Amino acid sequence: MEILMSIMIGIVFTVSIYLFLSRSLLRVTLATLLMSHGVHLLLLTLSGLQRGASPFLNFQADAYSDPLPQALVLTAIVISFGVTSLLLVMAYRTFKVHNTDDLEELRGSADE
Amino acid sequence: MNNLVILPIIFPFVIGAVLILMIKHHKLQRIVSGISALLLLALSIYLAVLVYQDGVIVLEMGNWPAPFGIVLVADLLSTLMVLLATLVATVCLFFAFKTISPERERFYFYPLYFFLLIGVNGAFLTGDLFNLFVFFEVMLIASYALIVHGGTAYQLRESFKYVIINVFASALFIVAIAWTYSITGTLNMAHLAERVAELEQAGVLNVVAILFLVVFAMKGGLFPLYFWLPRSYYGPPAAISALFGGLLTKVGIYAIIRTFTLIFNHDIGYTHKIIIVTIAGFTMLFGVLGAVSQFDFKRILSYHIISQVGYMVMGLGIFTPLAVAGAIYYIAHHMIVKTALFLFAGVAQKITGTTDLKQMGGLLKTHPVLAWMFFITALSLAGIPPMSGFFSKFPIILAGFEEAQYVISGVALLVGLLTLFSMMKIFSYAFWGKQKHTEEQAKMPIGQLLLPIAPLVALTIILGFAAEPMFLYSLEVAEQIMDPSVYIESVLKE
Repeated sequence: MEILMSIMIGIVFTVSIYLFLSRSLLRVTLATLLMSHGVHLLLLTLSGLQRGASPFLNFQADAYSDPLPQALVLTAIVISFGVTSLLLVMAYRTFKVHNTDDLEELRGSADE
Repeated sequence: MNNLVILPIIFPFVIGAVLILMIKHHKLQRIVSGISALLLLALSIYLAVLVYQDGVIVLEMGNWPAPFGIVLVADLLSTLMVLLATLVATVCLFFAFKTISPERERFYFYPLYFFLLIGVNGAFLTGDLFNLFVFFEVMLIASYALIVHGGTAYQLRESFKYVIINVFASALFIVAIAWTYSITGTLNMAHLAERVAELEQAGVLNVVAILFLVVFAMKGGLFPLYFWLPRSYYGPPAAISALFGGLLTKVGIYAIIRTFTLIFNHDIGYTHKIIIVTIAGFTMLFGVLGAVSQFDFKRILSYHIISQVGYMVMGLGIFTPLAVAGAIYYIAHHMIVKTALFLFAGVAQKITGTTDLKQMGGLLKTHPVLAWMFFITALSLAGIPPMSGFFSKFPIILAGFEEAQYVISGVALLVGLLTLFSMMKIFSYAFWGKQKHTEEQAKMPIGQLLLPIAPLVALTIILGFAAEPMFLYSLEVAEQIMDPSVYIESVLKE
């Protein structure tokens, strides 16, 4: 299962890097979204996909799965949600002000 | 155990939240934020003194014992950084009162300002790697909002790139954290230091170390990941760019110093003496060359941030107590001087309406106080004795020669010379020469603008003339962080 997940994370990363290198504001924004998905999956996978026991209940339990990665992922998801929504607003405002979503045209010149 | 440690984080949070409620009352906002900034400054001075006298203070959040819960750790380095951050923030806030436009005030400038401080103080004080990520994000989200605040066409265009770079760096940060957790099974920094020591930082741990370096280098503006910095710091108004220039990159540098003195300090020959020193050399050189090639007040200063971040990292890379002490002294000097210079650029812009050096001139005749205050600070930045710049660069370069790192020390000396050259370029273009601003502009009173900056100029002189006590303090900080057992023992209580 971990191997399958690793391959999938690799694909998600590849797609997101491809989108990062594209010229459209919206695609770059989507790239950050995909990237964060890939990273969250990585966080879960690297600490081992555990099954069959509930997270830590008491000291007598003989098996439990590690609750920390889920807690970390939850925090990271909330943060990336906030950042993505801010980024969408910024991309929209940039598009409105500059009348283009082509990053090549948003380079800015040296003489301003 | 002392609850005081959480106050630099909780206090700005409460104030920021309260300021949102007062959003319609400009005057009230200014009074509340001004008083709170001063209180916060007093608090951080008290905390620094307390830690200096009584040793490291550790607070276990929610009484969960380390390494299970999150800990806040106030040691000498973090309290010094909190103190400097609050000082810079207070000065910029008082400068903002005079310069920020009412429209910006109405759109949550002050709340965002305090939210930024939560993130910065939290990043300095936390003792947990994931918590560091969270505080980084708090700081960054506030900075995204502040850097685009006002929404001019230039700001929107450059801020988008700033945000993208930082989102990418944050994603890599989580990757590095995931790897660390899967290898060591802990994220508490003290516990991590212990376990990495047991593993002797072998195998993949070096990769993780470099990944952390890349992440923090992106936030700190190190070579070759500095390209976003000069353009994005150019856009926002002076008070905000001064705050960013003085503060934000230094949070990245603090994180590098913390991780590479506490956790990844077992393969110094490779990570420190080769990788970090090389990066430091290129950072210094490319930063200063960028500054030399520019003809804009604010852009020159932005490029100088890059070259000076190189000095700090160079001190870490040489890794002797003398060099690290020099780096810490340099951070203190840099934060004070760089903020002052950015604010001077703001004052000059207010007078002449431009930051283009070719359209400025003759400010010395019409505004002599500004000119001489700038002159002192510029010399301090270039490292001319008896200002603080000299006494902070000297130990770093001395340690470089002692450790037979001749190339990097030579580069550092050369960069000092070029720094002097570009600062004098600003002085001769903007302050000497024919007066290019109108008579009306020449009569503009700027006393109230210079008042908040005066303490910083005074501090750079004091830090120069009273270099010995400050240097001994930095040496003590350096010895404490280079001996991780102090930190580990006070967190894990063994």
